Amino acid sequence: MLEIDNLSNEIDGKAILKGLSLSINAGEVHAIMGPNGAGKSTLAYTLGGRPGYEVTGGEASFDGVNLFSLEPHERAAAGLFLGFQYPVEIPGVSNLQFLRESLNSQRKARGEEPLSGGAFIKLAKEKAALLGLDMEMLKRPVNVGFSGGEKKRAEMVQMGILDPKLAILDETDSGLDIDALKVVGAGINAIMRRPDKAVLLITHYQRLLDYVKPDFVHVLAKGRIVKSGGPELALELEREGYAEVVA
Amino acid sequence: MTALALPTRKQEEWRYSDLDAVASVWPLPAPARIAIQPGASEAYHLIQNAAEGAAAIHDYVIDIADGARLDFHLLNIGGKLGRVTFDVTLGRDSHFELGGAIIGGGDQTLEIVTKVTHAQPDATSGQTIRSILGQRATGSYLGSINVARDAQRTDAFQSVKAMLLDRTATANAKPELEIFADDVKCAHGATVGELDRQALFYMASRGMDPATAKTLLLRSFVAGVFDGVPDEAVKDRLEAAALAKLETLV
Repeated sequence: MLEIDNLSNEIDGKAILKGLSLSINAGEVHAIMGPNGAGKSTLAYTLGGRPGYEVTGGEASFDGVNLFSLEPHERAAAGLFLGFQYPVEIPGVSNLQFLRESLNSQRKARGEEPLSGGAFIKLAKEKAALLGLDMEMLKRPVNVGFSGGEKKRAEMVQMGILDPKLAILDETDSGLDIDALKVVGAGINAIMRRPDKAVLLITHYQRLLDYVKPDFVHVLAKGRIVKSGGPELALELEREGYAEVVA
Repeated sequence: MTALALPTRKQEEWRYSDLDAVASVWPLPAPARIAIQPGASEAYHLIQNAAEGAAAIHDYVIDIADGARLDFHLLNIGGKLGRVTFDVTLGRDSHFELGGAIIGGGDQTLEIVTKVTHAQPDATSGQTIRSILGQRATGSYLGSINVARDAQRTDAFQSVKAMLLDRTATANAKPELEIFADDVKCAHGATVGELDRQALFYMASRGMDPATAKTLLLRSFVAGVFDGVPDEAVKDRLEAAALAKLETLV
């Protein structure tokens, strides 16, 4: 589904990713772990197409399409979802309006009919219930006045509504207490654990991986994948620390 | 007014105007007069959407009598020059509310000029102005609030915000206060900004195409200006005209 080959990039002329390769197939959950400053968030933003994240070498293809030939909104319409470490606040635009415009933009790009107001509200209610988020929250402006945990739940509600093929979740576990972590973990499994979908979890800690079990774990350090393994690698990292494993 | 010579840029209220366009319609007709009777409450609106290249100047002289109220909603979007001026005098315990939006592109010059005089005690006034300017357009708000010596307990505000879509567009905001009473509350604020790039990327990451995302952000920016329009049909017309204009800019 996603093939990243020897990817390098720069932000403000500074090299961050230095020849990163990674292959993700449908039905798989991958976790990328690594120390601060390794380039984890940079990888997420680069795949999402954030302005300023300049690709200087290598390739990434998503379902056989060159990802970097697509604009950010086209990547979303192709089925890519980026979960933000710090979800953005948009005063004056309600979550429901934001999501309906997003979903219908995606549907239009794929040549599908827009979803009616009634059908959309039904979908939003279902996904909000899945993540334990009050529908009233979705009537409020996007992320404005939300706690850290509410922002992350709202992100997963967005994911549920937009129904992507591949979710790249950047520290979705940060800011969550244990109860919220369980709910969000269960939400990710319910929405994304399917044979035709895949997940790339970016995290510092093992704890999310207790709820969303990865098939593969990778260690990202100094801009490239330095070690890959099964779920046991995450436990080893937790036990020994990055310094030991990366060395 | 008609006897006067053409204005020059040395006159403060004409400083940012398009004087060539002004000359094409000079001399101006007498201003429209609105008188709100004591205790009455009325709502007026204007959609200034003159043809491309035209010069449209609307001058209002407004008297709001004791205990009366006027809500005026203005959408200023048309013509090469679109200029709307208000000279308002408030009676005792009266209220003037102005909700104004300027949306301009091309080489348009769009202006709102207000002079609100609190001549008597206990009157209130509110002015909310939002401007969206693209390409080489110029949008200006020049607003003075004058509080007479006896106009105690005046409560007035001016909230002026402009959004520039291009570096070549210009916004001028000049709130001005002249106060001769001592028990007075006058608030004013003016900001000029650009679309939030982080919000635009967030919206794109959810699949929104750039035009839809920008339009949504801009609609939320001007929302509120027309919230207080009492007649739903008028409100719909104002919002529809604003949206149609916005869509030509993004």
